[in-house]
Order: sequence, then structure tokens, then C-alpha cells
Amino acid sequence: MSVQAAADKTPAPDKRRGGSERGSGELKEERRRGRMGYWLILPGFLFLLLFFVLPVFSLLATSLYAKPPGADIGQFVPALEFNNYVRMLGSYWPELLRSFGFALIATAAALAIGYPMAYLIAVRLRHHALLRGILLVLIIAPFFTSFILRTQAWKQILADEGPVVSVLRTFALLPDDGRLTATAFAVVCGLTYNFLPFMALPIYANLERLDIRLIEAGNDLYASGFTTFRTVTLPLSMPGVIAGTLLTFIPAAGDYINAALLGNNRDTTMIGQVVDSRFFRVVDYPGASALSFVLMLAILALVFIYVRRFGTKELL
Amino acid sequence: MTQAPLQTENASAVGEESGADLVLGAITKRFGDFVAVEDLDLTIPAGKFFALLGPSGCGKTTTLRMVAGLEQPTSGTISIGGKDISRSGAHQRPVNTVFQNYALFPHMSVLDNVSFGLRRRKVRDARAQAEAALELVELSHLAARRPAQLSGGQQQRVALARAIVNHPAVLLLDEPLGALDMKLRRQMQVELKKIQTEVGLTFVHVTHDQEEAMTMADTVAVMNAGKVEQMGAPRELYELPRTVFVANFLGKSNLVAGDIVEDRGDAVVVNANGNRLAVLKERSTVQQGKALIGIRPEKLRMMWPQDAPADAANVLHGTVLDTSFTGVSTDYLVEVPGIGTVGVFSQNHGQQLAQPGDGVVLNWDTEHAFGLDGAEDAQYGAPEVDD
Repeated sequence: MSVQAAADKTPAPDKRRGGSERGSGELKEERRRGRMGYWLILPGFLFLLLFFVLPVFSLLATSLYAKPPGADIGQFVPALEFNNYVRMLGSYWPELLRSFGFALIATAAALAIGYPMAYLIAVRLRHHALLRGILLVLIIAPFFTSFILRTQAWKQILADEGPVVSVLRTFALLPDDGRLTATAFAVVCGLTYNFLPFMALPIYANLERLDIRLIEAGNDLYASGFTTFRTVTLPLSMPGVIAGTLLTFIPAAGDYINAALLGNNRDTTMIGQVVDSRFFRVVDYPGASALSFVLMLAILALVFIYVRRFGTKELL
Repeated sequence: MTQAPLQTENASAVGEESGADLVLGAITKRFGDFVAVEDLDLTIPAGKFFALLGPSGCGKTTTLRMVAGLEQPTSGTISIGGKDISRSGAHQRPVNTVFQNYALFPHMSVLDNVSFGLRRRKVRDARAQAEAALELVELSHLAARRPAQLSGGQQQRVALARAIVNHPAVLLLDEPLGALDMKLRRQMQVELKKIQTEVGLTFVHVTHDQEEAMTMADTVAVMNAGKVEQMGAPRELYELPRTVFVANFLGKSNLVAGDIVEDRGDAVVVNANGNRLAVLKERSTVQQGKALIGIRPEKLRMMWPQDAPADAANVLHGTVLDTSFTGVSTDYLVEVPGIGTVGVFSQNHGQQLAQPGDGVVLNWDTEHAFGLDGAEDAQYGAPEVDD
């Protein structure tokens, strides 16, 4: 009897201890995995800290440097010279406005071209894997050659003796002495072309997941093709559209290659060119820094308003 | 109160279309070399609950999509109330669909989903009608939610409300209960049937679940390989299948092969490996040559050899192979030499149960047997082959 009782008792604490051990083991495992996550983001964190956060602060500091009297070219001392901002904005606000204007037009054009492209590949050709693959590669293909080279090519396309100008002249859409190179039109064309994939790909990625049956449901519920697009497809693809417009607008606003290669020196100068020349030619580091900072803040403000207005929960 | 606004609207706005038959005339649909639907003629009377039943790939969903206008027939015509709609777009047809996985618009509230069709047609009191439809499916309290916040069963009801609120001439249901679990499916079957009776619309229901089709539909068309095998009331199809496919797909059938050897006037007698089985001529598709005698498992009487009737017709001697007791009944598998395995469904009257190895005699009334073309494969359409 007593033996029986003892035998009955012994396994019980054993089990309890075993159970608690397993529990704490699982907990430890879970914590270890949690810490693992932090270790994994560490490299990215350090990289951004070193090459983004610190430079931004350095930029901010530089933008407030002052030039002491009688200093050499490129010699500045740490200061809180807010006048740098006033000076730069006073001189270069037209270039700043123009940059945003060009970027806005280029973004709108890229959206008008990129959305139908993405829609064609993602929705219309959903069951044509081969054709779809080919068209996707064609969108990405330009990345295999240099950005500068491609922009140079646009110079040829839009040249005075080039095909575009001669066609436009034939149809009297351009006066006989009219030209496209070195115009705002050429710059916007270049911007649109160069950032088109950044517009088309996010929209494609979004539309690719669109459930075709939703379009069918729209048609079934008395909505014509266009109404279905307006009420179903477009609202559902807004995250892609927002991502695409941001990825186009932000780099386009700060771009200087297109303006430098396809524009002129009078009425197509963009803010990136100004920063470039302040930095490398005039050697006005604080001025260049101040302009860069203004550009960054302006873009941030515009993006914030835009995402607030049209945005989805996924982005803010 | 809940149905009142819907019914009035039904009578006034689409009155003429609601009382309209849906007629498919010689519809064929090819996808490349594959013939999904072949020369299909079908008349679906107004106000009926019609089921298109068949295994996957039989063309039932394609047929439904052609009626909806989501697929264009390769040839043939579709008309509602005598009006040819074959060439009009999906958005112009007086037809609405409850999609298989509901296809609710994820970016709209439940109410906006339901009023979508009304708003497209610029109906004045779209909101009030949508609310009435939501009340009909008992979801008024969830009107402001997004579809993603609802359970499967609730989404299913929203999809239904979104379609019936438009009072279509024909409501198409594409496996609407397929995504629900068994219990909810039974519940929704009853509810769907109830709603159909209430709103009085023509329902065309596509399903591969024969029990679902039988419980809900007034008329069932069994489809196979792009064609309608047989069409009729559920009871008619079950009691008198005219093809092997229907006999096997709709419930279970014991099919015994043999040759017709005698004409008794109102019946013929089949010799199946020495067993004489009779079938009424009006219940047989063949009157001479090879035949398959069909008998449903529950129509078979199982008895001990000493109780066997002296009459030699419709008697099979066999041995019990397997039994499964379910409480209400017992399913037996009986091995009959020279014929094969026969399924018997025996209701629990408190009788003594046979055990595997017991010798038994099977017998049935001649009027319960049906005769099918003996050239067909007796297993065709059986669920084991199909699923």
C-alpha cells in the first residue's frame, strides 16, 4: 500500500519539473529568436547610420557654415549662418519651382504611360506567361545600359535633323525653325523616360495581385469597362500608384543629368544643376548644402501632403 | 417588413423580366481544342430554382459564365424572355452572379458593396434598398464593416444580397456554398431556398454536390463532358436515371450487367450470370440485347436464405463482405458470385444484423429496378472514379 503510494507520487513531481523545464526552454528559445531579429537588422541600421543619418547632420551643419573675412576659396568655419538659406532661396527659387514643375509633369506623363503598360501586362496578359515575361524584361532592359548613355540617346532622337522633329515639321506641328533639343520639352521627355520603370513596376506589382473576379463582379453589377476601372480597379491599385508616383517624383525633382544633357542654360535649369555648380564650380559648400536641405524638406512636405490626401494605410 | 420593399420593387421595376424564361439555344463553347460545352439546349423556367449539377470540368461553370456574359459562346444563342442577349455585355444583362469566392469589393463597406449595382443603374433610393436587402440576409448590423472583417458565411450572405438587390431576371450562383464548412453549408442551403421562395427570382445554381442540388432545386440538370445527361425533378432523376453516369453520380446504384432474354409484355427479363432479373419496359432505355439492371441500395431487401421467396426472379444469393453500422441504418457490402459486389442499405428496425461471412439473399420489387444501355461502363460517373 505504502509502496504503491510512493510509486504513485514519484512520477508526479518528475512530470511537473519536466513540464516547467520545457516551458522555460521554449520561452528562452522565443527570446533568443526575438534577439536574433535585432541582430539581423543591425547591419542595415549601421549602414544607414553611417551613410545616411550622419551625412544628413553633416549637411545640416555645413549649410550653416560661414565664410570668414579674407578666407581662401572653399574655406569655411562652423557657424549658425541662417542667412545662407535666405541667400539661396532668394536667388534660386525659380529653379526650385521649375524642378517641382518638371518633376510633376514628368510624373503625370509617366503615370499616363506606365499605368496602361502595367495594366496590360498584369491584367490583360495574366494568362500569357511568355508574352508577360518578355514585356517585363523590356521594361527593365534599359537598366542594363548607362543612365547617361540613354539620356544622350534622347539628344539624337530629338535632334534638329532627327525623326521626331522632321515628322512634327511635316505635319506643321512645329515651325520650320522650331527645335526640341535644349528645350523644357526635351528635359521633361528625358525625365519621363528615365523614371518610367519606377512608375510601371510598383503598379505592375500591385495589379498583378488584383483578383480578376472583382472586375467581373463589377461588370456583372452593371458597371461598364470604364466604370469598373474607375470604381474598382483604380481604387484597389492606389498603393501601387502612390508608390510609383513617389519613386518617380522624388528622384525627378532632384535630377540634374536630364536638364544638363537635354536642356539649355537659360530656362531649363533645375535645382540639382544649381547644387552641382554651387558645390563644384563656385565652391560654395554652405550654399549648396542649404539648397540640398531645402530640396529635401520641400520634397518631404509635398510627399507628406500627398500621402495624407491620397494615401492608404499601408504607407502611413 | 423586411421583404416588403424588395417585393414591391420586384413587381414594378423589373416585372416583365422577372417572369421570363432563360433559354440557351445550341450553345457551344470551345477553348482552343477543348470543347467545354457542346451544343447545349436548355430552357430554365421563370421563378424556378434550377441546379446545374456535374463533376468539375463538366462545363457547368462555363455555361453559367456565358449566361452572365463573362464568357462569349463560340456559337449558339442565349435569350431571356424571348430577347436575345447573346451579344450584349455583362453589364447590360438583367442577370447577376453570386461568385464562388464571393468577389466582394475589399475597398468598400458592406453597404457600398450591396448598393453597387443599384448606384450604377442610378436607382433613386439605392441606399434604402441596399439596407432592405441586408435586412433580408440578416446583416444590417454589419453594414459599415469591410468584407475582410466578416466571416465566410457572412461574406456569402453579402454576396447574395449584392446580387438579389438588383432583382435580376436570373440569379446565377456559382458553387456559392463551396467555401463554407459542412454545418454552415446545410444552414445556408435552407436559407437560400427560403430566400428564393420569398423574392421569387429564377435561381440557377451550379454545384458538384449532388445532395445540395437535390435538397434545393426544383429542377436539376446533370451535366457531364459539356452535355446535359438528364434533366428533371430531383426525385425523378434519382428514381429513374436514364444513363449510367446519372445513376452513379446521383446517389449510389448497383448496376448488374446481363442480356435481355425474355419479353413479358410490360417487362423484360435479363439473364445476369444465371440470375433472372426483371425490369419494366417503361423504366428501361433498352428493350433487347445487352442491358444494365440498376437498383438503389435502399430498395434491396436482405434476408436469410431460409426466408428467401420461392419466386426465382429478382433474387441474388451472396455472402456479406463488410458491414458498417451507423445507428439509423447499416450499410452492407454483399459479394454475389458471378455478379460482383452489391451495396445494401438496411434501415434499423431492430432486426438481427448479418455479420461478414453470413450467407444472405437479396430481393427487390420489379418496379424499383431500372434498365440502362449495357454498352456503357458500369462504373462511369461513380464518385471513386471522379474525385
